[in-house]
Amino acid sequence: MSALAWLARRLGLYAVAAWAALTLGFALPRMVPGDPAAALLARLQGKAGPEAIAALRAALGVSDAPLVEQYGAYLLALTRGDLGVSVSRFPTPVAELIGGALGWTLLLAGVSVAISFVLGSALGLAAAWRGGVLDTVVGPALTLLGAFPYFWLAMGALHVFGFGLGWFPLRHAWDTSVAPAPTLEFGWGVVRHAALPALTLVGASVGGWMLGMRTSARSILATDQVLLARARGLPTARVVSAYVLRNAVLPHLTGFGMALGFVVSGALLTEVVFSYPGEGWLLVQAVRAQDYPLLQGLVLAITLAVLAANALVDVLTLLVDPRTRAA
Amino acid sequence: MTFHVERPRWPRDPRARLGLALLGSIVLLATFGPLFTGDPTAPVAPPLAPPSWAHLLGTTGQGQDVLAQTLAGARVTLGVGFVAGLGAVLLGATVGAVAGYAGGWVDDALSLLTNVTLVLPGLPLAVLLAAWLPPGPVSLVAVLVSTGWAWNARVVRAEVLQLRRRDWVAAARLAGEPPLRVVLVEILPNLRPLLAAALVGATIYNLGAQVGLEFLGLGDPGAVTWGTNLYWAANDGALLTRSWWTFVPTGAGVAAVGLALALLQAGLTADAGSGAPVDTPVARPAPRRLPARDGRSQETA
Repeated sequence: MSALAWLARRLGLYAVAAWAALTLGFALPRMVPGDPAAALLARLQGKAGPEAIAALRAALGVSDAPLVEQYGAYLLALTRGDLGVSVSRFPTPVAELIGGALGWTLLLAGVSVAISFVLGSALGLAAAWRGGVLDTVVGPALTLLGAFPYFWLAMGALHVFGFGLGWFPLRHAWDTSVAPAPTLEFGWGVVRHAALPALTLVGASVGGWMLGMRTSARSILATDQVLLARARGLPTARVVSAYVLRNAVLPHLTGFGMALGFVVSGALLTEVVFSYPGEGWLLVQAVRAQDYPLLQGLVLAITLAVLAANALVDVLTLLVDPRTRAA
Repeated sequence: MTFHVERPRWPRDPRARLGLALLGSIVLLATFGPLFTGDPTAPVAPPLAPPSWAHLLGTTGQGQDVLAQTLAGARVTLGVGFVAGLGAVLLGATVGAVAGYAGGWVDDALSLLTNVTLVLPGLPLAVLLAAWLPPGPVSLVAVLVSTGWAWNARVVRAEVLQLRRRDWVAAARLAGEPPLRVVLVEILPNLRPLLAAALVGATIYNLGAQVGLEFLGLGDPGAVTWGTNLYWAANDGALLTRSWWTFVPTGAGVAAVGLALALLQAGLTADAGSGAPVDTPVARPAPRRLPARDGRSQETA
């Protein structure tokens, strides 16, 4: 299969997955037994204004129009980026709420994933190359750390380093006492607020990357080409970077796309613990307020973001690995 | 017919034995512990009391005994995790076996379904499903099975594709055995070590996903489970009041079970690799807290 055909297949798969997620978001409220929509509407009657009720009716599929027509209207609205109106923060559009939180999640999850991937890969490579304490103590310890739920580690870290020692701020993403402007002072506040959540995410996920890279590098180290390179007396740095790293990092990159969904899920829960104003925090607000339009919009946005990231990793693999192009 | 099926035996790998022993003790504690600790929902002491001789792990924000809650929570959480794991493996094995054995358009359709489920991130999908189902253990099992089966389907399909070319399978087919019998009797018994490892992996995944969903408030807040324990700990200001005892025992429990299962999985995978009758089964990758999901299509693997 040529490289382009392979890429087309992958992108086709993501497209089908995206369509499945969209359709599930449409079908679920209309399929669930016991009509939770009616129950929710009844509970909100009197509490929410008539416009909010109307918006909710539309989102929940309480409508007399035929299903096909509703589905068409749903898809049309999505193409315009219209995800409906939030019930708990009526009349703010869901898309606006999600957009406002997106930056914080991208910052936290992006930075943590990048640090964790680089650090874990480096540790894994070192463990495969040198062994020793890295292999016998650090590796198993990090794997053990990974056995705890992400958000539970976050609670522990916040308890000890936030409430106990007072080294880190306790909630939110910036200093409320500093005016939000592109100043150094405000930026420092953002860094300070992101530090502890990012550290817990890195701590929870770095063991997995290390293990993956170690396994991958081990198999490369055992090949004849590495033996020959060492026999030729090439400097260690060159053997590691040109012979081992280049080959070992590729299967590892594939794993990056796969693990992304899990890391994003972990980041969402971690945000909840730190009241970090990203998508995860918004998600828990939506669950508590039974704000179904917001909940659906969030799930859709997160799913599409993960699919897009997967597609990006596939394109990257194609560019980096000549074997996928030759095959 | 040359196939042979090994009798069930104790795992040989020391990691698997250690994991099994650890898991066994936790299951025993979860089963019989609550008989000695009383009603986990009854307020028995002032709220947020630190550990004492009367209440070894202190009390929650509602004045309930944390030890009783942790033991009672283990029952439900382990039960849901295991049942959902069993469901995910059965569903995945069925889909994978049908796809691998039938081939043709059936395989194409089922493989597409499998791959789509694999690339969709699990937690958001589970949140969507859980939000619409009535809260409780049955819904949780349904959510976990429907989001967790696909990896098993992929692994079983790959294995069935290999096995169906074997001589004894061809012989059975030529002898006129119906397809269902060929799959159930000639092929699936060879996958037993693989399926055992898959069950452990699925249970690890379910443990994390379940606790996460309940922590978000998508469980039944009135039930006593590990997830709702953490949900209430967070809601009752465990961090603000520095009441570490309200969330540390539950988290340690989750980690202990996760560790036991990871050890068991590593051991079973090693055993499956050495003890398989013919082909070395494709084993799950490295034991992480959540099993990695492979988004690659089979031909590029």
